Amino acid sequence: MSSLPPVLTCHNLAVHYDNRSALRDVNLEIKRGQITALLGPNGAGKSTLLKVLAGMIPPSHGAAKFEGEELSGPHANITYVPQRSDVDWTFPISVLECTLLGLAGSRSRWKPFSRHDKAVAMQALKDVRMDHLAQAQIDALSGGQQQRVFLARALLNNGDVLLLDEPFTGVDVPTQDMLVDLLTELKSRGTAIVYATHDLAQAARTADYAVLLNGDIVAEGSPHDIFQQDVLLRTFGGSVISVESLREVAAS
Amino acid sequence: MSWLTDPWHFTFMQHAFLAIILVGIICGAIGVFVILRGYSFLGDALSHAIFPGVVITFILGGNFLVGALIAAVIISTLIGVVSQSGRINNDTAIGVLFAGSFALGVALMSLQSGYVRDLNSFLFGSILGVSRDDLVITAIVGLVVLVGLAMFRREITLISFDRVFARSTGLNLWVFDQLFLLLLALAIVVSLQTVGNVLVLAMLVTPAASARMLTDNLRRMIALSSTIGALSGLVGLYISYYRGVPSGAAVVLTATAVFGMLFLFAPRNGVVTARVRQRIHYSHPEDDVRVVPDKPQA
Ligand SMILES: Nc1ncnc2c1ncn2[C@@H]1O[C@H](COP(=O)(O)OP(=O)(O)OP(=O)(O)O)[C@@H](O)[C@H]1O
Ligand SMILES: [Mg+2]
Repeated sequence: MSSLPPVLTCHNLAVHYDNRSALRDVNLEIKRGQITALLGPNGAGKSTLLKVLAGMIPPSHGAAKFEGEELSGPHANITYVPQRSDVDWTFPISVLECTLLGLAGSRSRWKPFSRHDKAVAMQALKDVRMDHLAQAQIDALSGGQQQRVFLARALLNNGDVLLLDEPFTGVDVPTQDMLVDLLTELKSRGTAIVYATHDLAQAARTADYAVLLNGDIVAEGSPHDIFQQDVLLRTFGGSVISVESLREVAAS
Repeated sequence: MSWLTDPWHFTFMQHAFLAIILVGIICGAIGVFVILRGYSFLGDALSHAIFPGVVITFILGGNFLVGALIAAVIISTLIGVVSQSGRINNDTAIGVLFAGSFALGVALMSLQSGYVRDLNSFLFGSILGVSRDDLVITAIVGLVVLVGLAMFRREITLISFDRVFARSTGLNLWVFDQLFLLLLALAIVVSLQTVGNVLVLAMLVTPAASARMLTDNLRRMIALSSTIGALSGLVGLYISYYRGVPSGAAVVLTATAVFGMLFLFAPRNGVVTARVRQRIHYSHPEDDVRVVPDKPQA
């Protein structure tokens, strides 16, 4: 695996919003078959970096490249799963319809979704164990169920890269476990996965590679190597973290 | 039963009925997205912003629908351009342009003597003056709006509830926001003559709000909203004919009454209905709980 060239790369990447710097000097390689966790405090630039990788924000300096080619916008092989708070969950649409919208870009605008499309969407819902709620309205879902629908919609795309913004936030343990299983399964099929999180223990358990971010990259490497007291203090500031327990989790 | 058919003996009433039914259908359909996106203010603003176009066609002569259409296109583009600057938000851009453009209309009008009557018809509609040409224009523009909505239903749905994902799939949000704005402006323009500037907002939001009380399904909601809009128009026009109430007011009051009834007594979501259901099921509360299990039952 490690001999493969990285699928996504960042080269001296910087992002400014209205002259305020959100990201600077980011150099990064994202590999296939690997789960990369982006960690950092609020405002560290995790969401910003994910959006750059998704081609949704053009970098102010430097570049993000997909298979060596500079990204100039969203790419069909890169799937982005937004933060749950980005969505108007009161909108009157069913789980199945919401999932099907993941296919909208590649289907004829004149015809309704085909029976095959619906079967594919149902399979994706089955993969995230949401098929029994296919006809439910999205406003009837719990946070964990919302996350599952997002994931199902992303699965339809079958992309090389999956970017997720805080998929584990506000989600119960069974859903977290299901998510980990699913990400692991995708990883074994060679998908590159990048997700943002605040949960160090979660990252230690799940990720192969961790990137500690606070405007720039403070440290990167395997969670076991980089989750050290001084590094975490530099990333997060003065918060108290039990590093020993984290390293135990990482080692197990 | 002749009271039902009597009004139809007059050509001007036939035109009025057809016009109000068309307007009910068009506004009902696009109104669903207006209420789901929380765009009531935009709808109201657009209807006022079209005013200078109407005045100018009056001064130069010609069909006022044409002037209103041109003004609508210009205004919706300007709103898009100003709000894209990033520093000024959408709502503010709408407010500035709507007030400015309405003021321009008033100023232009003052240059013109004898416009008071026509101002009145702009504000409150003049449904009895719908000509055959007006009907044809209304039907064509209405068709454009409905076909536009149908063609871009997925994009418009996606940008209405999940903008970040929409953008991540490469959808150009600005283009589709503009497209929606344009369709909305077209719907408003063809409604001005029947219900007038002040009440067109009601045709956009009231039937859609009624439909929202009845269903959770977007497609059904659009169909219901259009039906309720058209029926309110029909009933309102009869009331107007027999009671001498201004047509716009009669139509809007009918739509409002429908909403009031549904708000209270809609089968599932009505305020009273929900209470009653709660009472009935009080001894068996488990029957009334909508169970959404996390896992399929074994
Ligand atoms: N659209 C925007 N306009 C202006 N500034 C922005 C915008 N989006 C983010 N920022 C700023 O950029 C910085 C990084 O934000 P970002 O959302 O990437 O952080 P994050 O790591 O995802 O934070 P969180 O943990 O709170 O989600 C913050 O200082 C934020 O205020
Ligand atoms: Mg974030």
